Amino acid sequence: MAEFINFYLIPGIVLGSIYALGAIGVTLTFGILRFANFAHGEIMTLGVYITWSLIQLSGFNSMVHIFLLIMPVSMLLTILAALLIDRGFYKPLRASHTIILVIASFGMMLMVRSVTQFYWGVQLKTVLPGIQPRMTFFDFLNISAKHIWIICGALVLMYAVHYLLTYTKIGKAMRAMSDSPELARLTGIDTERVVLATWIIGTALAVAAGVFLAVDTQVETMMGFNLLLPMFAAAILGGVGKPYGAMAGGLIIGIAEELSSYPWIGDQALLSPGYKQGIAFAIMILMLLWRPTGLFRGRSF
Amino acid sequence: MDPVLYGYMLYVISLLTMGGLYAILTLGLNVQWGFTGLFNAGIAGFFGIGAYTAAFLTTSPDSSHIGGLEFPYVVSWLVAMVIAGVIAFLVGKVCLQLRSDYLAIATIGIAEIFRLIVNNELWATNGARGVSEIPRPFESWPEPYNQFAFLAVVLITLSLVYWMTEIARNSPWGRVMTAIRDNETSAKAAGKNIETFRMEGFVIGAMVMALAGALMAHYLKFINPGTLDPLLATFIVFVMLIIGGSANNKGAVLGAFLIWTIWSATELYAADLLSLFNVEDAGIRSAYVRIFLIGLLLQIFLQKFPQGILPEKRPSSPTKNGA
Repeated sequence: MAEFINFYLIPGIVLGSIYALGAIGVTLTFGILRFANFAHGEIMTLGVYITWSLIQLSGFNSMVHIFLLIMPVSMLLTILAALLIDRGFYKPLRASHTIILVIASFGMMLMVRSVTQFYWGVQLKTVLPGIQPRMTFFDFLNISAKHIWIICGALVLMYAVHYLLTYTKIGKAMRAMSDSPELARLTGIDTERVVLATWIIGTALAVAAGVFLAVDTQVETMMGFNLLLPMFAAAILGGVGKPYGAMAGGLIIGIAEELSSYPWIGDQALLSPGYKQGIAFAIMILMLLWRPTGLFRGRSF
Repeated sequence: MDPVLYGYMLYVISLLTMGGLYAILTLGLNVQWGFTGLFNAGIAGFFGIGAYTAAFLTTSPDSSHIGGLEFPYVVSWLVAMVIAGVIAFLVGKVCLQLRSDYLAIATIGIAEIFRLIVNNELWATNGARGVSEIPRPFESWPEPYNQFAFLAVVLITLSLVYWMTEIARNSPWGRVMTAIRDNETSAKAAGKNIETFRMEGFVIGAMVMALAGALMAHYLKFINPGTLDPLLATFIVFVMLIIGGSANNKGAVLGAFLIWTIWSATELYAADLLSLFNVEDAGIRSAYVRIFLIGLLLQIFLQKFPQGILPEKRPSSPTKNGA
């Protein structure tokens, strides 16, 4: 039991929190800007590398400093990059068919990745040096400090998203635009401001998700791309345009991925860990077959 | 023959062979994206299914991978096309009634899952070490005639695919396709079964992609998961089609040869250019600069010349000709 919780369930919740944060950005862009943003993973990678550079520059490498001091700065820098990309490459295409925007984002994915690979190189890097301490609760619960940080950080950020969407004017405008863009425009909502807010929130959460993943594992140029499919799957599972759905979808997929290699039957892993990434895809296909609008009844296109 | 000139000649042959293989791939994408308006973000998947099927069927028995059946080439290509067609049919069943973004996500998923399988099932595919000693038609002929002969195989296949897609485009079927692409509601009102037509476009396109993959396996003689790199097997094909001209078969072929020539010629000069600016690791880094520039080229075309170099020419309506 302890082994199940410590080595499967908790890593699943950690991974799920990371997917959830990333998927909120995907689902907001899908709902408000109406396109599946293939470059979302690469924005995440960019944020991680900016964070890594800031850590090297400042010399701060404890988790407190990384999460509370450096991550906000790298969020700002990455948001700036995302807004420039929107202005240069997505805004001119806003009037086109949305699938053109999907292609543009597909191109952007490779452009951003090539910039990252050109500037930082493809060698593995680490954010946190050394072995992290583990803490024991109730004699059996054995969690490493970084996992506590990640889970708590994700909870704080998700609450912030909830607050923003429920109590602020811009948040309400975002939900209105996601539900019905025509109606939102008629009521006088400034759509460009909503677009701006969408990029800012989506990018900030993507950077957080990326940095959490980097702290948990390592820094590499494909990390964002590898998260793309789980994030899309989480957004579809939860219902496109539904941030709470994305949170639930991310957690379900993260936990399902980790639990898939638990020896449920006999003493072999149920599914070879090499196929973990396939879980997200399988869940997504089943969802599209069963209920394309997702768990939270999002948009069906 | 002068050895320098001979070297150039071999380079041009390889350029034309690769360009021709990409042209087949681009024609396949044109059926999906150009005619039908379906965005397939996992070309690499269907291409890879074709490549691996052809490799398993035509190689001699080898303990490192399954297959080794020594089938005749044409049979293996047909099998490759059928398998890709079946998989496309299944993906289409799930996604075609939904908006195009879902198809994009599902197809990139298929491509990644295929890569996972190829990487993990060592007993079947030899994993990252790949399948080697794939035979190539006419390879026993003396150099350079074997190169010419394979180029001829590629160009003949390309001509056949071009001819068939042109017939399709000009047929009533092709006109229904573009009608659905441009205005789904009015096509539905005219009594056309949209899902069936979309499915046909998607499956045919995937089969052409598998054919290109099979030929590529023979040409490279070696395939591994790296052959399925989304950059060179998916992205660049889109760039070729959009720059050449979506929904125009001539544009697709032109785009393929043009972009492949630019891609492969810049390989020769980009590194030298970077070392002029004292960039470290110019050799490795130049590849990233080329990817960035090809991406930028795509963005410029999307924004400024969405029709591509050769814009679409709609076939004239038969009634206008007094038929």
